[in-house]
Amino acid sequence: MVTDTLPSTDTIRNWLGEVPDPEIPVISVTDLGIVRDISWQGDTLVVAVTPTYSGCPATAFINMEIEAKLRDKGIEDFRIERRLSPPWTSDWLTPEAREKLRAYGIAPPIDGTAPDGRTAARAARLAGRSNLAVDCPRCGSTDTEKVSQHGSTPCKAAYRCRDCLEPFDYFKCI
Amino acid sequence: MPSLPDMATPEAERLAQEAAQPADPHITDVALKPALFDWLCRMGDGALILGHRTSEWCGHGPALEEDIALANTALDLIGHAALWLELAAEVEAQGRTADDLAYLRDAMRFRNPQIVELPNGDIGRTLMREFLYDAWHYEMLLKLRDSSSPRVAEIAAKAGKEVAYQLDRASDLVIRLGDGTEESHARMQAALDHLWPYTGELFTDDAVDEAVAEAGIAPRASELQGPWDATLREVMGEATLTVPDRRADVHLGGKQGRHTEHLGYILAEMQFLQRAYPGAEW
Ligand SMILES: [Zn+2]
Repeated sequence: MVTDTLPSTDTIRNWLGEVPDPEIPVISVTDLGIVRDISWQGDTLVVAVTPTYSGCPATAFINMEIEAKLRDKGIEDFRIERRLSPPWTSDWLTPEAREKLRAYGIAPPIDGTAPDGRTAARAARLAGRSNLAVDCPRCGSTDTEKVSQHGSTPCKAAYRCRDCLEPFDYFKCI
Repeated sequence: MPSLPDMATPEAERLAQEAAQPADPHITDVALKPALFDWLCRMGDGALILGHRTSEWCGHGPALEEDIALANTALDLIGHAALWLELAAEVEAQGRTADDLAYLRDAMRFRNPQIVELPNGDIGRTLMREFLYDAWHYEMLLKLRDSSSPRVAEIAAKAGKEVAYQLDRASDLVIRLGDGTEESHARMQAALDHLWPYTGELFTDDAVDEAVAEAGIAPRASELQGPWDATLREVMGEATLTVPDRRADVHLGGKQGRHTEHLGYILAEMQFLQRAYPGAEW
C-alpha cells in the first residue's frame, strides 16, 4: 500500500461504526465508546480498544469482529491495542447510542450516578432502598424498581416497570 | 484466563496482545522483581480464588437474579485476576503467561489471603465474605490509583470502578439480611463471627508489602486497616450486627503460600483441564 492511498482515520471510524456490539447488536463499537484511537504509524493502522468490563467475555470477540471488518475493507497491515487508561465509562456512550438503546428496550445509563462504593449504607439509611428513577423504555413511566444490580450481561442491571409491568434492562452507569 | 473460541481469525489474540503500554521502570527493576512478582500474585490470586468461589453459585443461587448477579461478580473478579497475573507474568519474564500462573501453579505458590479460599457456606456467609473482601479491595484499589507504577495504577483505576459497584451491592445485601428476619440476622452474625479471625491477614505486613511500599507502588497492608474499619462499622451498624471483640489476625500465612486444606480442592477442580490436557484450548 502506498501512503497516498491510505484511507483516512475518519473513514476507518465510519467502517468501525458498522461493527455491532455482540451483546447489544443495535449499537456499534464506536457508539459504545470503546474505540479510543485510530492512527496510522507509517503504513500500519493502529486501533486502540478499551474493554467495557474487565471480565467481559465479549472483549475477545469484539477484537475479532474489528479485525474481520478491517480485512474486509482491504486493510492488511494493522494492530489492535488494548488500552486500559482512562478506564471506560458509560458516559462515553454517544447520544445516538442512548436513543438506539431506548428503542431496543434497554434504559440508557443516567450519567453521574456511578456507584462510589460508599452509597449503599447511606442510601439504605435515607430511603430504605437505593433505587434510581430509571424511566421505563417501553412506556416512559418513572415508577420503576430495581430487581437486581446485575442483568443478562455485565453491563446491565435488571429493572421492572410498575405501570406497564414489563421487566427491562438498565444499562449500568459506571 | 479462559479465552473465547477463536473461530475465524487466528491472529486476533496476537494482535490484541501487542498492546502499547505506558513506560514503567518498575516492571524491569531486577532488585524489585521477587517482591513485585509476589505482590502482583497476591492481587491476582485473591481475585482469582474469590472469583472461582463466587462462580460456584452459578446455577445454585437462591433466586434467579442473585444467581446472575453472583455470576457477573465472579466474571469481574476473574477479569481482575487476568490483568494482575498478566502483569505478574511480564514482571517475572520467564515466558509464563497469566494462564500458566492460574492453571499450573501448585497451592504453595498461591499468594491469596486465606479468607477467599474458605468454602462459601450459605448465601449469608458468601455475601458477608464478599463484603469483607470488597471493602478491603476497594480501599486498596483507591490507594493504588496513585501508585508510582503506571501499569499498576491503570489496572487499579479499571478494577476500582467495578469493585465500587460490588461493594455497594454487598453492603446493601448485608444490611438487608442483617437487619432482616430473626433467621437472616442470626445467620449473618454467625457468618461475621466465623470469618472474623481471617480478616486480620489482609492488614498484616511482611517483607513483600514493605518492599513494594518503599518503591511507592502500593500502600502497606496495615495502612488499609483504618478506612476498612470505618466502612465495616458503618455497614455493620446499619445491619444491626455486632463486630466481634476478638483478635482478627488468627489465621495467617496465605499471602506467603501457607493455605488451608480448602485451596487444594479448589485447584483440583479449577486446574483439572490444563493438568489433564496440557495446552488445551476451546
Ligand atoms: Zn413501563
